[in-house]
Amino acid sequence: MFVPGKWSEDICVRDFINKNYTPYDGDESFLAGPTQATTDLWNQILELRKKEKENGGVLDIDEHTISTITSHAPGYIDKDKEKIVGLQTDAPLKRAIMPFGGIRMVRSSLDAYAREMDPEVERVFQYRKTHNDGVFDAYTPEMQRARHCGILTGLPDAYGRGRIIGDYRRIPLYGTAFLIAQKRKAKDQILPDVMDVETIQQREEISEQVKSLYELTKMAQSYGFDISRAARNFTEAVQWLYFGYLGVVKEQNGAAMSLGRVSTFLDIYAEEELKNGTMTESEIQEVVDHFIMKLRIVRFLRTPAYDELFSGDPTWITESIGGIGLDGRHMVTKMSYRFLHTLENIGSAPEPNMTILWSPNLPENFKKYCAKISINTSSIQYESDELMREKFGDDYAIACCVSAMRVGKQMQFFGARANLAKALLYSINGGRDEKSGDQVGPVRNPITSEYLDYDEVMARFDETCAWLSKLYINTLNVIHYMHDKYCYERLEMALHDEKIDRTMACGLSGLSVIADSLSAIKYAKVKPIRNELGLAVDFEITGDYPQYGNDNPKVDRIAAEVVRKFMKHLSKHKCYRNARPTQSILTITSNVVYGKKTGSTPDGRKAGEPFAPGANPMHGRDRSGAVASMRSVANLQYDYSEDGISYTFSILPSTLGKTEEEQKTNLYNLLDGYFNDGGHHINVNVILRKTLLDAMDHPEKYPQLTIRVSGYAVNFTTLTHEQQLEVVRRTVHSKM
Amino acid sequence: MENRLKGYVHSLETLGAVDGPGLRFVVFLQGCPLRCKFCHNPDTWRFEGGEEYTVKELVQKILRYRTYISSGGVTISGGEPLRQAEFVLALTRALHEEGLHVAIDTSGIYNEGTALEAAMEADLILLDIKSFDRDKAEKLTGFTTDHAWALLEARQKENKPVWIRHVMVPGITLIDKDPSGKALTSEEEWRSANQELIGGMRRMNDYSCIERIDLLPFHKMGEYKYEELHFPYELKDTNEPSEEVIEWAENALKEIRADQA
Repeated sequence: MFVPGKWSEDICVRDFINKNYTPYDGDESFLAGPTQATTDLWNQILELRKKEKENGGVLDIDEHTISTITSHAPGYIDKDKEKIVGLQTDAPLKRAIMPFGGIRMVRSSLDAYAREMDPEVERVFQYRKTHNDGVFDAYTPEMQRARHCGILTGLPDAYGRGRIIGDYRRIPLYGTAFLIAQKRKAKDQILPDVMDVETIQQREEISEQVKSLYELTKMAQSYGFDISRAARNFTEAVQWLYFGYLGVVKEQNGAAMSLGRVSTFLDIYAEEELKNGTMTESEIQEVVDHFIMKLRIVRFLRTPAYDELFSGDPTWITESIGGIGLDGRHMVTKMSYRFLHTLENIGSAPEPNMTILWSPNLPENFKKYCAKISINTSSIQYESDELMREKFGDDYAIACCVSAMRVGKQMQFFGARANLAKALLYSINGGRDEKSGDQVGPVRNPITSEYLDYDEVMARFDETCAWLSKLYINTLNVIHYMHDKYCYERLEMALHDEKIDRTMACGLSGLSVIADSLSAIKYAKVKPIRNELGLAVDFEITGDYPQYGNDNPKVDRIAAEVVRKFMKHLSKHKCYRNARPTQSILTITSNVVYGKKTGSTPDGRKAGEPFAPGANPMHGRDRSGAVASMRSVANLQYDYSEDGISYTFSILPSTLGKTEEEQKTNLYNLLDGYFNDGGHHINVNVILRKTLLDAMDHPEKYPQLTIRVSGYAVNFTTLTHEQQLEVVRRTVHSKM
Repeated sequence: MENRLKGYVHSLETLGAVDGPGLRFVVFLQGCPLRCKFCHNPDTWRFEGGEEYTVKELVQKILRYRTYISSGGVTISGGEPLRQAEFVLALTRALHEEGLHVAIDTSGIYNEGTALEAAMEADLILLDIKSFDRDKAEKLTGFTTDHAWALLEARQKENKPVWIRHVMVPGITLIDKDPSGKALTSEEEWRSANQELIGGMRRMNDYSCIERIDLLPFHKMGEYKYEELHFPYELKDTNEPSEEVIEWAENALKEIRADQA
């Protein structure tokens, strides 16, 4: 029934897809609405979610059971109605504890929700060390200082690192028995003369991977399914694939637990059903809707401090849709539509994080449909397939928000980000923190001139970046060594090849603050105001200066240069497991928190004020319209920021055109323009400011109001008040 | 000569999606002789000021956006763009040489000589008809609409497309209350009170060059600018029209346009 090929002998999902998928050029008219069962189930979930919200954001916790792949008995929402089954615990929205990343995080989470640590669990961790313990055993005092003051921030040293995508498609395509056999064979081949650290580590890891596949098989069995064999039809294919994902989110609470690129793969099975007349479109959509519903209720137990950084309870179940194959055929299938259509059938939602791999060569119909979904739901994001295909081929997927990786062949060590705006202040203040006065960076004389001199500041900034990049990579080396040791992602890595490309995914925050600060120093006059300790705590700016976000090469060049230089610095350092350093320009929602921790900056931003998210221009400074702003962002080079460049764009529906048809066409032309210019990522919000304001006052009226923030989407009503305000304040492009 | 010719630009908007077809680069030129009471850009009125551009400089800037606007174009707005007719003409020609679609957004107040030449050079005219009553228009803007109709005639004669824009200002161009101040609520009431608007829309049917008519509801988002400029804002007490009456007007327009076809 399927066209055989390389995939029939060895694990090669890409080959299977390439040989069997059916590109779809038509429009959305074939799609089916929700079935009664779908609507019933979704209403039950909405009810549970309401209770969850009323309960302070967490419905229930199983604090007694350390979560593993097989720890919990099967759970259901409404067994008879569910076409796709499986929950993380024995009940929907009940959160599990996953202490291997850090028992402290579990303790404070339970504390926050007025639960007690189970003494039995506590006892286990008297003997069992966690990732978090390991990291702090190895951190140097300098690392701790950098972390404390927030020049390095959001580091995954107390929780799961995430951003690894298991190739979940392997389970339906091959069944776990074949995967286990392949892993065993691979292990047998690792018999070198010298048992060095790498070899020992790899052999141990493969053994763990095999165990995890057995556990997964057992878990599926408890639901009454035998996944040791390959899936035989569409429903099984979805169920098998979901079991793989479920196993992972029962074991790992990584910051981002992305799904990969599954829709076109699944379409092959659905096409087979349609061809044989064994399923109707409505039945296929029902399975998809139920699968997506399951993804929408994945939950992790996290602390309020974590939520402040990554708000809205995100799980980043990113699914990458579309793109163009290396053979030139586009990869849009009916399933691409069906996945997006869930946003219509069961309403808008932040998860799964649907990501369109955009190319100007995608079929017109599909582009229009995406635009329509954006206009109606603000739930999807777009990334340049043109840029990524060149580096990652045609079977890559996005982890988290913007991080591309080849599925099953590549992973990253998530590195959060360095606060370069703070680094700029250190350059002026001789390595001392502008808030605490502590000496964090290497001792230097502070700059003492009355007005800041561009060349002098740049030279110092470069030195600070040299120091910071080394400290940053070394810190990440500690973190990822310990994560591998104490909180290894057995199942995700069981769904990878043995030979893995690894990147050390660093990040940079505060880009627009730095670009504008340096531009102010260069083109206006900036006078530091120093306190009694000699620290520059404020800046007086005389004159105008070109601001990032207006397509002005004078300042856009500075921004691009900062990115390039920091990347060059990062590249100089040796990474754990020979990972290759990369960086992203992305802040999640933490631009608010980073801003809080950073003093006044030479661009005129006052202490504590939020940064712009990701690579966005500062609020209100992009005054030449949205396209100018996009051009400034697109001017940043992906080559030096291969882990992604995030840009969030919000527009009023009426600004996008008068009729719905015009809005759709204008939006996709806008996307074509941005990606033709070399843009990497864009979040599109088409939303009325008054809707947001009303939702702040009456959250109950908007249970599903979704907006995109850097790299992911959130349910607006779950954001903290402060973040809601920040979203409202952010430039909504609306020329009158 | 073109190099010496200077345009005075109030501002540039790189994302225009409602001023002509498709995505557009919008040039707002400085200066306008009209004093429309509902104007939301009173900061463009002054004849002085504005950033100086040569045609070449502006074209170069616009071409940076070519990938975005290739299926849309450029809209020259203001202020009243045709006050700088020579510049607008040269700019339009230069943009045409680059294969870009050009729309001019005008009140038609300048419709002779170079201004007319420029207006006829444009691919599309966005023509603001301030009121369908001559005297009301004069009270509302300082000028009658004779010039606007004249420009419309000129475009009609050469069969060149025009989009009409008409701002619905409650109590002036859109009657939504009876003389005692009581709100009108039914379609019949709106219809009988707005014969002037309906007549105006009907009159549009005589012009085959009119491709589209946009009824723009009055809004007060520009009010703060009057405060900043210390200009009196005479429509302080005018409300924005209700969604219902806007819908009625839109439907009435649709019906009338259907008659034409």
